Amino acid sequence: MENYLALAVKAIFVENLALSFFLGMCTFIAVSKKISTAIGLGISVMIVQSITVPANNLILTYLLAPGALAWAGFGEVDLTFLGLISYIGVIAALVQILEMVLDKYFPPLYNALGVFLPLITVNCAILGGSLFMVERGYDFGESVTYGVSSGFGWALAITAMAGVREKLKYSDIPDGLQGLGITFITAGLMAMAFMSFSGVKL
Amino acid sequence: MAHKRKDMLIDPLVDNNPITLQVLGICSALAVTSSLQVALVMTIAVTLVTGFSSMFISMIRNHIPSSIRIIVQMVIIASLVILVDQVLKAYAFEISKTLSVFVGLIITNCIVMGRAEAFAMKNPPLDSFIDGVGNGLGYGLILMLVGFIRELFGSGSLFGITVLPTVNNGGWYVPNGMLLLPPSAFFIIGLIIWAFRAWKPKQVEEREYKIQTMEAH
Repeated sequence: MENYLALAVKAIFVENLALSFFLGMCTFIAVSKKISTAIGLGISVMIVQSITVPANNLILTYLLAPGALAWAGFGEVDLTFLGLISYIGVIAALVQILEMVLDKYFPPLYNALGVFLPLITVNCAILGGSLFMVERGYDFGESVTYGVSSGFGWALAITAMAGVREKLKYSDIPDGLQGLGITFITAGLMAMAFMSFSGVKL
Repeated sequence: MAHKRKDMLIDPLVDNNPITLQVLGICSALAVTSSLQVALVMTIAVTLVTGFSSMFISMIRNHIPSSIRIIVQMVIIASLVILVDQVLKAYAFEISKTLSVFVGLIITNCIVMGRAEAFAMKNPPLDSFIDGVGNGLGYGLILMLVGFIRELFGSGSLFGITVLPTVNNGGWYVPNGMLLLPPSAFFIIGLIIWAFRAWKPKQVEEREYKIQTMEAH
């Protein structure tokens, strides 16, 4: 249990996907102008992340890893080179399914998240989460924890960023830095703040 | 026509740079720039993938049903990235370890998808290829600039060769450790954007709120 807690805190703060690995930056910069949309996107990322990381973990253990196909009689087959294409396929399919399920059973949530869901397929944070899971060799329990908490960390970062940007638009910024430039520098300062968590030992 | 093609190649470098203007592909731009060598490998990989994926997508653009085009594009891009990944693992294992997940993340690099969607779906293969390469190079330009600054001032070397001998090795240069840490990439890109826009003022974004000038009473 402690193991999972440590992993969660690490994924949310110390190794925040947005601010220390710069994943999902395109959306992070593009959709952080308003707090309400940022929260909507953050929640969708979290949901998708908590489903796809464990799902890809299962795919890896039962289909792709060396010797994983032993149950089908192909003991010596190693399909790990198909990893990338399978993970992105799983992500695209799951996002599509999630969209349909939400549309059918939770229309209010679907209307709130609607526009962001298709965007999530190409969000690097989602694929990045799965790839980190593979690289670090998480088991199923750890993948679930990692999926939920890294998604939460991303949501936290984009919400904070949107909060800063809502105030920032009233300030007097040099012309060349207007918009994108100042957003980068703000993100840099936030990343520095998040680095202070790296001293936390668990 | 030849003139237009040259423009297509040159245009994304400064005038319509994918990172500083189109806000595409920032994710990997920040993470892989702590040394110049890694940045160079990443530039080559992205340029190849963008160029060839645009070309292949453009070749079959008239046969892709629009409802599943994203998935078709994904499959083409993913196959190219797998190719790059396998080549790197075979011939440059150390670098592929440093790049870790970022080679895989070329799949979701918005530049590749963005160019496929915005350009390759509407234009013939050769033009799409040139456009893809141009955008890859525009991305690479920023990557190399950031990598150059970070490696030179962060560890006093370029491509791993010592340029400024550091204090630890008996030299005189005190390296700026901050530049090796992730946040510095944000600052450098922010400043590069500032420099670009000071040079090309028409890229400056409109203010949402104007500061009102006080009339003298």
